[in-house]
Amino acid sequence: MDRLLTLLNENARLTTEQLAVMLNETEENVNNAIMKYEREGVIRGYKAIINWEKVDCNNAIAIIELRVSPKRERGFDEIANKIMSLPEVDSVYLVSGGYDLAVIIHGSTMQEIAMFVMRRLSTLDSVLSTTTHFILTRYKADGIIMNAAEETDGRRDLSCD
Amino acid sequence: MIDYSQRLNPEVQALQPSGIRKFFDIANEMEDVISLSIGEPDFVTPWHIRQAGIRSLEDGKTWYSPNRGFIELREGICKWFMRHYHVHYEPKTECLVTVGGSEAIDGCIRCMVQPGDEVLIPQPSFVCYQPLTEMAGGVPVIIETKAEHGFRLTPEELKAAITPKTKLLILPYPNNPTGAVMRREHLEAIANVLHGTDVMVLSDEIYSELTYGDTRHVTFSEIPEMRERTIVINGFSKAFAMTGWRLGFALGPAPIIKQMTKLHQYAIMSAPTMSQLAAVEAMNNGDGDSAYMREQYDMRRRLIVDGFNALGLTCFEPEGAFYIFPCIRSTGLSSDDFCEKLIQEEHVAVVPGTAFGKCGEGFVRVSYSYSIKHITEALSRIGHFMQSHHADTL
Repeated sequence: MDRLLTLLNENARLTTEQLAVMLNETEENVNNAIMKYEREGVIRGYKAIINWEKVDCNNAIAIIELRVSPKRERGFDEIANKIMSLPEVDSVYLVSGGYDLAVIIHGSTMQEIAMFVMRRLSTLDSVLSTTTHFILTRYKADGIIMNAAEETDGRRDLSCD
Repeated sequence: MIDYSQRLNPEVQALQPSGIRKFFDIANEMEDVISLSIGEPDFVTPWHIRQAGIRSLEDGKTWYSPNRGFIELREGICKWFMRHYHVHYEPKTECLVTVGGSEAIDGCIRCMVQPGDEVLIPQPSFVCYQPLTEMAGGVPVIIETKAEHGFRLTPEELKAAITPKTKLLILPYPNNPTGAVMRREHLEAIANVLHGTDVMVLSDEIYSELTYGDTRHVTFSEIPEMRERTIVINGFSKAFAMTGWRLGFALGPAPIIKQMTKLHQYAIMSAPTMSQLAAVEAMNNGDGDSAYMREQYDMRRRLIVDGFNALGLTCFEPEGAFYIFPCIRSTGLSSDDFCEKLIQEEHVAVVPGTAFGKCGEGFVRVSYSYSIKHITEALSRIGHFMQSHHADTL
């Protein structure tokens, strides 16, 4: 049922019926497989990918590089847990390279994010330094090209010149 | 003033342009049109194949190739064909690389057909066989295949069409536009009719890699004693999403390939070098790409067949290519009217079945060479169309 995951990853709004038809399975089997994936934590949620720039509302995103000192017993887990429990935080990744944690934050304004980094992140005990990168434009996110107009079908009907 | 109609060959002037055009002209003027009309893969040529083409340019390989095509490509083609379809062809003498399958079809027909020869053409089918036959002075004999036979050519239909003048049978399977496939037992039945005749066969297998179900495509030349009378046409467009590279090939007995090579030599010289060098990569390392694309098409196929059947536009199960051929008679509309109303009212473009032969009346060709998102949106618009037209008939 790996193909089920691939299909849902591309479009989580396909109905059980459509999935069953495409996979040549019964609806019941597909339903059971989805429930099993959800139970086991393989599928962790469903959400829409929204181009907020098209919506008339304030939205700012930043990627924050954190250098932190790991704890003797728990390594990076303790600080990562603290950070991911903050609701403003969208994603937390432990990364290799010049810094340790990559944190993605959504806020209503850049100012709000700046304040959040200053007051909540940089004040955490094991945080050594932060570097904040504000996202200026999202061209593509989660495999989706944000500006639909750029997602064109270059094929032409042969005989229509 | 030159009166061009007097200067141009009347036979060429009498050729019918493709019947699809009208709908494309309408579609082109509309915004938000959802098209299910295009007959080529939506995939881009796999990167490693494109890279081989790019490398050929970087290396400055911009000269002609040998007339028949690079020997490494012909070797690759023959190995690929053996690996997939289990028939051996000699790269040096039994393989010709052409500009698309279309050139191979043209060359084959011109090589075989003399004035007055009859060419058997099952329809609905791709649009080129009839005009090419006419230009060769041949007489097209249309065999109208039936929905109740899954649009396969039956041995009875074939037998009834053969006369002493029959020179060539076109076998266009997997079929554009119907998606029909001839399985081994169907091909054997055709072979039984051909035994004892000297009818030659042009087997257009361009969609061979897009065959769905438990068994894979069977080439007509694998059927016992058919190899000597068969010219197999295939190519890279459909199996490797390489339509724009314009590359195909013909496999057949050496005496036929030799004559086809002469026509090719004078009309074309040689197929594009860059395309051929990319195709070598496709033949040697592209099996996984074809398999991946086939799996994607297969999921879309099931989705769209189910969707059309649910709307009351019944279609028999297509087992090949990337088209479905639903029957639209339940709407009370002709194929042309259906397509015209569908594009005017719901901005969805499909192709009338009549574009592929008169017997396509009552059907439309729908391509599923589109993303699932695109297909589901089109299905919902067609659903809306069916609701309003159902209401009309009440």
